[in-house]
Amino acid sequence: MSATEKEHLSIVVAGHVDHGKSTVIGRLLADTGALPEGKLESIRELCRRTAKPFEYAFLLDALKDERAQGITIDTARCFFETKKRRCTVIDAPGHIEFLKNMISGASRADAALLVIDAAEGVCENSRRHGYMLEMLGISAIAVLVNKIDLVNYDRGTYEAICRDYSEFLASIGITPTAYIPVSAAQGDNIASHSERTPWYSGPDVLETLDLFPCGGSGEGLPLRIPVEDVYKFTGDGDTRRIVAGLCESGSLGAGEKVVFYPSGKTAVVKTLEEWFMDGNEDRAPTRFYAGKSCGFTTEEQIYVRRGEIACRAGETPPKTGRAFRASIFWLGKTPLVSGREYVVKACTAKTPCRITAIHSSLNAASLEKTAQPQSVGRHEIADCTFVCEREIAFDTDASLPATGRFVIVDGYEISGGGIITEALKTEEAGAYSSARLTKDERAKYMNQRPLTVGVPDEETGRLLERALFAEGRFAYYAPRLSDEQKNALLSAGLIVLTQGDGEVAAAGEEDIGEILIRSQNALELGEE
Amino acid sequence: MPYTHLDMLESRSIHILRESYSAFKNLCMLWSIGKDSTVLLCLARKAFYGHVPFPLVHIDTHYKIPEMIEYRDRLAMEWNLDMIYGENRDALEKKETFPDGRTTRIECCRRLKTEALTHTLAGDWTRMRLNHETGTYEPDENREPFTGVIVGVRADEEGSRSKERYFSPRDGRGDWDADDQPPEFWGQYKTDFAPGTHVRIHPLLDWTEVDIWEYIRREGVPVVSLYFNHGDGKRYRSLGCWPCTKPVDSDASTLDEIIEELKSGKFARVAERAGREQDREDGGGLEELRRGGYM
Repeated sequence: MSATEKEHLSIVVAGHVDHGKSTVIGRLLADTGALPEGKLESIRELCRRTAKPFEYAFLLDALKDERAQGITIDTARCFFETKKRRCTVIDAPGHIEFLKNMISGASRADAALLVIDAAEGVCENSRRHGYMLEMLGISAIAVLVNKIDLVNYDRGTYEAICRDYSEFLASIGITPTAYIPVSAAQGDNIASHSERTPWYSGPDVLETLDLFPCGGSGEGLPLRIPVEDVYKFTGDGDTRRIVAGLCESGSLGAGEKVVFYPSGKTAVVKTLEEWFMDGNEDRAPTRFYAGKSCGFTTEEQIYVRRGEIACRAGETPPKTGRAFRASIFWLGKTPLVSGREYVVKACTAKTPCRITAIHSSLNAASLEKTAQPQSVGRHEIADCTFVCEREIAFDTDASLPATGRFVIVDGYEISGGGIITEALKTEEAGAYSSARLTKDERAKYMNQRPLTVGVPDEETGRLLERALFAEGRFAYYAPRLSDEQKNALLSAGLIVLTQGDGEVAAAGEEDIGEILIRSQNALELGEE
Repeated sequence: MPYTHLDMLESRSIHILRESYSAFKNLCMLWSIGKDSTVLLCLARKAFYGHVPFPLVHIDTHYKIPEMIEYRDRLAMEWNLDMIYGENRDALEKKETFPDGRTTRIECCRRLKTEALTHTLAGDWTRMRLNHETGTYEPDENREPFTGVIVGVRADEEGSRSKERYFSPRDGRGDWDADDQPPEFWGQYKTDFAPGTHVRIHPLLDWTEVDIWEYIRREGVPVVSLYFNHGDGKRYRSLGCWPCTKPVDSDASTLDEIIEELKSGKFARVAERAGREQDREDGGGLEELRRGGYM
């Protein structure tokens, strides 16, 4: 990094509706000189003409309106600079309806400013957002006790809120960098220390932004590279077989021994691979570190695939297994229930799963706890036991957050997230097979994957049905099917032959080859 | 940390490209020939070690500045790209365009870009594919719809783009529901989708205009010479169709000068698309176009 380049810090401003998030952002932009020239004056003038009291929050609305006319600043992503850093502000809506947007925005942030109204005190979303930030893994947090001017800069009010909120934050394991009494509207303790709070000797907001720890290097931690893919572009005359993935922690060099989990296969790294447009070989990497989308080849030709995690031999290995306990948050429109099949995506691994027990759930706003609930509602937090269909590798150590978390997919949607707290033996967690049959179980038993095949007429349909049957496949021909009927037959694991469109279009019996290949059970493909 | 801000942007974009390649069977990348999608193309070559394992799709409005098409075909041959273009033949034949005086600018964009794009992706209009042996385009036999479409939009370009996710689902008509998007966190993206829908993928979302130019300079990405001043005090800051894109007054004739101009010079506080007439014609124009599938 060059000496002149400032560190980049993404911050999210969170908090309850109307506690002053937009005002804080507006004031930060104004006081750091990040606004277009004349902007502030023109809005003050507009307010004078319309007899409205001026508010810094108007800046954001005004910028939005004027963007079309040629101003660069973005409300969802504003930029400003502190002494040490170039900051990007990510918008996080305070309204509960937009919690998934808050999470999407906040998960990209390095640090968070949590705004609490001094007069109103700690509210629903003050706690909920605090909880979500903790679960998302954002530990660099400062609390702004805002609108301190409206309580006459009263030290007692400030301290009561600090006590109230720090008790809550401590309960979820967060220690904020600072509690700052501010008035975003008046500019107190934002860019400079205010004389109106002589009892406060801590840092102002800009100083706090420079105090946040920036971009943990992951150095000294064990290597974790979740395998995204193994590339073989042999068709283009390239004989390399490159294991590719994003390095989440640790570092890797050529000649080092790696172990892939959960399979436990080992190999020695032959080359670190990186392609440069300018072909400059001086740029070739000597080591890969955390944060790098990297790739390497191995001395031994071993079969690994997406979903495994590459680790270094001799370092702390990840845990492997099918069952674990996790803290989760749920965003789905329908409640999370035990017994039903969901899909877990943990780094690059993807497997069907079931929840075999919901130990407790928590309303993150009221902090009301329910033991052994029937289900987990939208925006609730819960402690659950998961059993997956396939083994995965994961960490439960807080220093390795990226490989210790997962998302839950319900149907087509990402509907929740979780942090693995404990690896369990499958017997303790309850047998997966005692629950409903899964797609994969069916596919294994029938030795085929369901598939739709479009045929031109009944004769072809019947011929193919018979021919597939002779090959040991389960096929069913029906001239016309509604989407619902088609889905029911596919869920039953069948190859569905029907007139019209299909994943495979078959003109006659000679197309059986493609149907056999496409309906082959993927589990047996490529297995040693 | 041994990596710079540009390194981290590059790494995240490569991660998104690799995740897309793993998740989508029918994947393509839109290449507008502009600087952003050309950086995106170079990131793909980097992600896949010099190869681009999916087709590049260009929507030809026939009003692109001619140098752009020459540049497209030269790089497509040189880099061995699987190059496809699509167009709205009907509108072009009937001359239902803004330069022909038959429609407004916005309507022209809708017909020549949005409509052409929707049907080219769906595969129900002819796709022209580059034959590397002859160097000419031929109608493509593959008509399967693309279910994953990689696009080089940046969040800082204009308002509606700042609301985008990295993976953004569209329904069968290409419509975008900006207010009800799936959550996206921890590098996990929406890769499961219902039949008849597709997903737009945005690996450049976090890049700014300056980041793009600094990357072009660092990596030696070739860009169309229209971006530079050639002595007449004018250059293009953003490329589109010639009737609707105006050059800006600028003396910047090198990459260093362009970056300087954007960082602290005359364009430090002027929007990039200020030279695009269709953004100006009506207030919410671009967001409307995007809901309908425009890039």
